[in-house]
Amino acid sequence: MTVTTGTTAVTGAVGTAHTRVEGRDKVTGAARYAGEIPFADLAHGWLVLSTVARGRVRAVETGPVLAMPGVLAVLHHGNAPRVESEYMGPLGPPDPILQVFQHDRVPHFNWPVALVVAETSEQAREAAEALTVQYDEEPHDVAFSADHPGLYTPGEIMGQAPDTEKGDLEERLAASAVVVDERYTTPEEHHNPMEPHAATACWDGGRLEVVDSNQGSTLVAQELAHLFSLDAKSVRVRSEHVGGGFGSKAVRPHQVAAVMAATMLHRPVRVVLTRRQMFSLVGYRSPTEQHIRLGADADGRLLALDHQAFSLTSTFREFVEFSGGVSRVMYDAEAHRTAHRLVRLDMPTPSWMRAPGEAPGSFAMESAVDELAERCGIDPIELRVRNEPAAGPVSGLPFATRRVLDCFEKGARRFGWADRDPRPGVRRDGRWLLGTGTAAGSFPVLAAPSSAAVTAEADGAFTVRITAADIGTGARTALTLIAADALEVAPDRVRVQIGDSDFGPATLAGGSMGTRSWGWAVTRAAGELREQLALGGTIPPQGITVRADTSEVIGALAAKERHSFGAQFAEVAVDVASGEVRVRRMLGVFAAGKIVNPLTARGQLVGGMIWGLSMALHEEAVRDRASGAVVGADLAGYHFSANADIPHIEADWVDDPDPDDPVGIKGIGEVGIVGAAAAIANAVWHATGVRHRNLPIRPDRVIAAGGGAA
Amino acid sequence: MALPTTSAITLNINGEKHSLPVDHRTTLLDALRERLDLTGTKKGCDQGQCGACTVLMDGRRAVSCLQLAVAAEGREITTIEGVADGDTLHPVQQAFIDLDGYQCGYCTPGQICSALGVIEEHAAGWPSAVTADVRPEAGPPPLTAEEISERMSGNLCRCGAYASIVRAVARAAGVETDGAHTATEDKETAA
Repeated sequence: MTVTTGTTAVTGAVGTAHTRVEGRDKVTGAARYAGEIPFADLAHGWLVLSTVARGRVRAVETGPVLAMPGVLAVLHHGNAPRVESEYMGPLGPPDPILQVFQHDRVPHFNWPVALVVAETSEQAREAAEALTVQYDEEPHDVAFSADHPGLYTPGEIMGQAPDTEKGDLEERLAASAVVVDERYTTPEEHHNPMEPHAATACWDGGRLEVVDSNQGSTLVAQELAHLFSLDAKSVRVRSEHVGGGFGSKAVRPHQVAAVMAATMLHRPVRVVLTRRQMFSLVGYRSPTEQHIRLGADADGRLLALDHQAFSLTSTFREFVEFSGGVSRVMYDAEAHRTAHRLVRLDMPTPSWMRAPGEAPGSFAMESAVDELAERCGIDPIELRVRNEPAAGPVSGLPFATRRVLDCFEKGARRFGWADRDPRPGVRRDGRWLLGTGTAAGSFPVLAAPSSAAVTAEADGAFTVRITAADIGTGARTALTLIAADALEVAPDRVRVQIGDSDFGPATLAGGSMGTRSWGWAVTRAAGELREQLALGGTIPPQGITVRADTSEVIGALAAKERHSFGAQFAEVAVDVASGEVRVRRMLGVFAAGKIVNPLTARGQLVGGMIWGLSMALHEEAVRDRASGAVVGADLAGYHFSANADIPHIEADWVDDPDPDDPVGIKGIGEVGIVGAAAAIANAVWHATGVRHRNLPIRPDRVIAAGGGAA
Repeated sequence: MALPTTSAITLNINGEKHSLPVDHRTTLLDALRERLDLTGTKKGCDQGQCGACTVLMDGRRAVSCLQLAVAAEGREITTIEGVADGDTLHPVQQAFIDLDGYQCGYCTPGQICSALGVIEEHAAGWPSAVTADVRPEAGPPPLTAEEISERMSGNLCRCGAYASIVRAVARAAGVETDGAHTATEDKETAA
């Protein structure tokens, strides 16, 4: 056919609500997730995890298990294939937990010690549960506290210094008319995506094929290539539909174990984690303790800000919950300090969990700012207006955009904040004390190099191929709209294929940067293709494909403070006799870049706010110090918000396109949670007159704290 | 003498009979997913705690991970694959698409099966924990957002799509929700 993208240019897909392109597949059950792709001659692997928290494996008694029906193999440190350990992967040196079955050491409870492979999942599970593993047990320590003697200062945190300091903190605190000096804690929290991690590995014509559930197939393919000493082109990882990730779905032991078993048995092997295994193998959010000191003059202007953040890591890998990062962005003071301290415990390594750092950090800082407003007798929004920085408080760099006060202004109007009586503990509705609270939030705007291919098909359609991941964010639909606008065609002429490492390198769905990074590559490829087609000619049967890579353009981005911002509002009802806290309504207003698809964006932002509610009131993993295990490692023992916990909840935004992004995108996956827990905690204070500085705000804590004046 | 560990059974699923030998340990969920290639029913926890594996058995909601396949013989089982009428989506399915009642989609088949059960249970006059008047003669309570939310609480959604799930169930049931859970910008809810 004659080459043209359309007789008249069509744009405006970006910014208009579109239902998900895979929606029909998801509501009919046709969408297949990783554990659901059929394989001929499939064998089932079941991981066996350690029952001690520290020690050595003395013996794996494979004999009786190998005699059980259907059992094909038992992999353990005595017989498993060797993997590489000395390499620099895409995220740095390999996580030691990927050195599966390479040694006899056990550094935490439920460390993988064996994989039982059998013909059916029932046979594999029974044999795995029957496998006797003997240990030489050693004393362990899982007791996190900010007073732990093992505290140390970590190295760089994602390129940032662990500590920052300017001005004379003690002098400015002494000179302050009002001081807040408080400690805040947040508990161990777990991602718990609804779809458990699953991977099927097989060898096909000399290539390793893995069907996986992950947040970035490029990352998984590269790590597996390194581990198994394979040429990068010899590994293909696919991950078409992903049942949630939240930071937990990177490379984990089950993919490595599946590849080992497929290699040994010369047949496809699937390894699916159980819900209980996920509590030990896929990362979690470290508990935090945070010590905040704020000093202000009588008008509420900050003279001193000190944010010390304590968290834990494992004995074998450093991970820092970067709680102080948010204070380097939100507030300035003449004397300003942020500091991070870690302690190594016999625990799994924590990892990124939705808004790592910002989620717990904003709870502490935004609670403290509310306390400062109370003590100054100033409205908490007005206090933030008075402390709005002109440039990055630590970096001194200009903000790309910073519309947090516009978020407060719009939010206050919609929420009815102007009518608020600031006095705590004076509103009653039957057994309930009522209160409202607010908090600010921010999350970094990042971008990472990605490549994309766009093909003009002979039938007039366009195909986009990119190793993106749609973990529920709506990325597949957003990229369809972005490509349509760049090609100047209607979205129904664009088909987007994602989740296949053969499409070329692209970044992962994380750091709220997926859609921005992928959209950038798609925009460039589509734009170049449109220019080519404008020259005329015919499209050959195989189509015309243009590839683009954003490494150079993203590398050339000027240094700025780039962030999404938000203002959170909550109204709560508290029964101090039963300890019950009910959130009655929530509103979040965000300045988070160009909103590509308002329908799915609202779901992302509201979903984040629900995570904030869940963090404020429900989520808490309790470690048993005797065993080193999580108590009740399941979805009954670890409650996250259910439907009935969720109130009237709305998300809205102000216009805030990023000036340097071709589409104006910033990122919306994480900013929704930031500040939400603080807004609720501040509302609980307003209702009861009591500050809750330890999350979650459990009924027993509410009962013990009692109510205020009313 | 060793007792047999498998049995030949016939399951009635979405109006079709499926005969197969099953290991006695096989749950209905695993029989659907691993034996019959009906993978629309999801395994979220395998412990009856999340609702992702919800199917209808004789019209009532059931978590298929807590049913043994051998015990499901003789029951009429409806899975997500049997909810649409050919190419025509059920109103609950269409509402989930139009109102974005999902994100990752993994809990969605269970949510939809559960919603079908909720609408039936409500119409039959079943009260819930938030029903004010539970006397039989009071009849079905108004299907408010609070009623839907309570009745759908056996189905967890980690993405936090609860607000739009409630709206979707309400729309499919033909009721207007009472303001709670509703987004204000309806113009943004379909394209």
